[in-house]
Amino acid sequence: MEKKFIGQAVPRKEGRDKVTGRARYVDDLAVPDMLHGVTVRSSIARGRILGIHFGEGIPWKEFTIVTAADIPGKNEIALIEHDQPCLADKEIHHPEEPIVLLAHPDRYLLEEARRAVRIDVEPLPAIFSIEDSLAKRAVIFGEDNIFKSYRMEKGDVDAAMAQADLIVEGEYRTGAQEQLYIENQGMIAVANPAEGVTIWGSLQCPYYIHKALLPIFNLPAEKVRIIQAETGGGFGGKEEYPSMIAAHAALLAWKSGKPVKIIYDRAEDMVATTKRHPSRTRHRTGVMREGKIVAMDIDFVIDGGAYATLSSVVLSRGTIHAAGPYACPNVRVHARAVATNAPPHGAFRGFGAPQSIFAVERHMDQVARAVNLTPEELRRRNFIHKGDTTATGQLINEDVDLNGLLDRAFRESDYYAKRERFARDNPGATVKRGIGFASFMHGAGFTGSGEVYLASVIELEATREGTVRVLAASTEIGQGANTIFSQIAADALGIGYDRIEIAQPDTGAVPNSGPTVASRTSMVVGQLVETAAHDIKRKLLDSGLLCDACTEDEFVRACRRYIETRGPLRSRAQYEPPPGLHWDDVTYSGDAYGTYAWAVYVAEVAVDTVTYEARVTDFVAVQEIGKVIHPVLAAGQIEGGVAQAIGMALYENVVWRDGRMANGQMTNYIMPTAADVPPIRVFFEEDPYPFGPEGAKGIGELPMDGPAAAIVNAIENATGICIREIPATPEVLMEAMAEKAAPLV
Amino acid sequence: MSEAVSRISIACRVNGEPRRVQAYPMARLLDVLREEMHLTGTKEGCGEGECGACSVLLNGAIVTSCLVPAVDAEGAEIRTIEGIASGAQLSAVQEAFLECGGAQCGICTPGMVIAATALLERHPHPDDAEIREGLAGNLCRCTGYQKIFAAVVRACESSAEKRLGAR
Repeated sequence: MEKKFIGQAVPRKEGRDKVTGRARYVDDLAVPDMLHGVTVRSSIARGRILGIHFGEGIPWKEFTIVTAADIPGKNEIALIEHDQPCLADKEIHHPEEPIVLLAHPDRYLLEEARRAVRIDVEPLPAIFSIEDSLAKRAVIFGEDNIFKSYRMEKGDVDAAMAQADLIVEGEYRTGAQEQLYIENQGMIAVANPAEGVTIWGSLQCPYYIHKALLPIFNLPAEKVRIIQAETGGGFGGKEEYPSMIAAHAALLAWKSGKPVKIIYDRAEDMVATTKRHPSRTRHRTGVMREGKIVAMDIDFVIDGGAYATLSSVVLSRGTIHAAGPYACPNVRVHARAVATNAPPHGAFRGFGAPQSIFAVERHMDQVARAVNLTPEELRRRNFIHKGDTTATGQLINEDVDLNGLLDRAFRESDYYAKRERFARDNPGATVKRGIGFASFMHGAGFTGSGEVYLASVIELEATREGTVRVLAASTEIGQGANTIFSQIAADALGIGYDRIEIAQPDTGAVPNSGPTVASRTSMVVGQLVETAAHDIKRKLLDSGLLCDACTEDEFVRACRRYIETRGPLRSRAQYEPPPGLHWDDVTYSGDAYGTYAWAVYVAEVAVDTVTYEARVTDFVAVQEIGKVIHPVLAAGQIEGGVAQAIGMALYENVVWRDGRMANGQMTNYIMPTAADVPPIRVFFEEDPYPFGPEGAKGIGELPMDGPAAAIVNAIENATGICIREIPATPEVLMEAMAEKAAPLV
Repeated sequence: MSEAVSRISIACRVNGEPRRVQAYPMARLLDVLREEMHLTGTKEGCGEGECGACSVLLNGAIVTSCLVPAVDAEGAEIRTIEGIASGAQLSAVQEAFLECGGAQCGICTPGMVIAATALLERHPHPDDAEIREGLAGNLCRCTGYQKIFAAVVRACESSAEKRLGAR
């Protein structure tokens, strides 16, 4: 059938409300008689709580005060493990641990009160680095501080390493990164024993919060209702932490009998909520003289912070992506997520992959140098193709063309000419220019059997007026879910884009289509929308009320007749895995993802050798993503991801002081501004994926994976210095350049 | 509040309408707009003048309303995002943001639209450097700014087309 909307840049569904300021975010909502809530947190990284003191000069009787003792059910935030308390009771495990909640109608008085609460603690030894955790300088989790470990092995790494002509080693590090959505986190709760708990908030995953609140309040599923307000960005930062804030607002509302709003200010949001896991990756690579990589031995460690939260799955994705898009017959990845006394690190676009891909794509340039090949020639000799297997042993059965992507990226960026020109012009220049690239892939959707466990469901419902509503828990967080679902449904039904409505995500009204994470919404949930829309159409056709080539008026009439004569016109679709996918959780092998998006990104940089600042001056992003559903939204995802990754590579430095973020302000945590971003030139190749809607693959996280390595590879091209850690701030560059200028004797 | 600071009466014009509110003199203009006037289109992103989400036009100049004390609004002409469209008719900047994909999550969008509007009032035909500088006080985490730059260019073009059409 002809596609009228898929592939077209239709207007964003909720765009008008956003450009006029009418879109209502959680802080724009108010409920009569509402109180404001705040959180009193620990002041040290680890210790025992001895007592809580409420200082003088505050009319405490006017306040609602909640501690762990007020929790009606279990004191835990249910996620994968249930180890994180909702409010710390006896022990403190990180410096931002919530301990006391306060509510009052006056926000200003509330802030004074928060400062007047003193937590008496007995400090305990704390650890703050991957090294200290692995060395067990203090044991803070289990017997060895390890939340999770994987050993993924293909072939015989030791034997192949022994036969390699050369072994190239390297260690690479990435720092924490703050998601820095511009809308701070916040929730409004109405809660009482009679009606249960209702939450409105800024969030990605309504059913995660639903799951978390049930045990805290001992309530049956139907007594907890989570509603998403317009959400001002997420990037993973609103995947798991919102459960904590929702629980806190609900506890205050439950005790006070009044609605309670908790809105974090920027400082609290930055220091207390999750960030990207810091990482350390060690590579040992066995390579033959002609450039064939025969063995990869990778040790990948991420800092999980104080509680397990999502670290095991972040680690999993990082592990699976750690060997890059290469066909190496012998691969071993030993991966660990370790505990430290920092606030738990969590989901952030890319979910472990940006860390391990930074390492492998920096390392590939080192391997190339070791065998006297150009970075591109080394990669060409090792790229994965159809018929090869990945590090998990997954047989690639799509027509992957990384050479083609590389060719196009080099052409669009004028790579060879620039490489030559920079080599000629750099000697003697204060500002050195360089160009570098990274090649990579990103698996879309949940890993392994994840999608089968999620078993996502969506529903479509037609109305008498001939509009069709999409009911899903998938959230619009800026990525364009509302628009894409509407395009897919409209084309499948053969009706206008404006006839599709997207129901507000509300656990009381929509089925669980799974979390809005893992680049899965367009590909996995979009496919369900398409299936359900076809089913509605078939019902109308089978009823004889509609003929195949109908006009829109006929469709409207058919809906009305159907509903009047036969009752509701609804359809439901549930996820079915593509045939032939097998994953083994025990050996960590098999089909890790249904498909991958593939990319080659080229970065051009200018490095000022006086100020030690590196700037990205041009950026080319070439990727194969199955099918572009919406060219403007798709390009917007790539451009936004690249900008965020430029921040990760060069600017965004979390300064830690005893487990606490010391620069929790936009003044001193620097993200890219309009003046910092280069032209980001985006090019798509399309090789339709049979199990995505119209062939689409997931793309949200892909652009976060490659830029950092491409940029640092370009810095090496410009300056000859080998940076192995990011962010590559001026301080890092200065040290590295000084070291190169004055080698140790 | 231990010190006896009392609210004062502040008169100003907001989006062309005369308004009078009671507010503490050092209350943030942002809070006065959002809480007293219920103009919630103006957003708070950082509370320290870094992100520009709270941008409004104060006597024609762009300001971050989180840093402006309410007392400064006395007698002022204020324009917020709610005053950019003329009824149902979006401004050229708003239309261009829709068309070019300048808004994703939308939280920076009101401030960004205000900044783009102020920029085009200063420079009706800005070059690339002027666009970047004009928007550098407004942070966006979603778009990587490319579609916002495109929207500003598009808004210039459509304004020029309109002027030509009007002749």
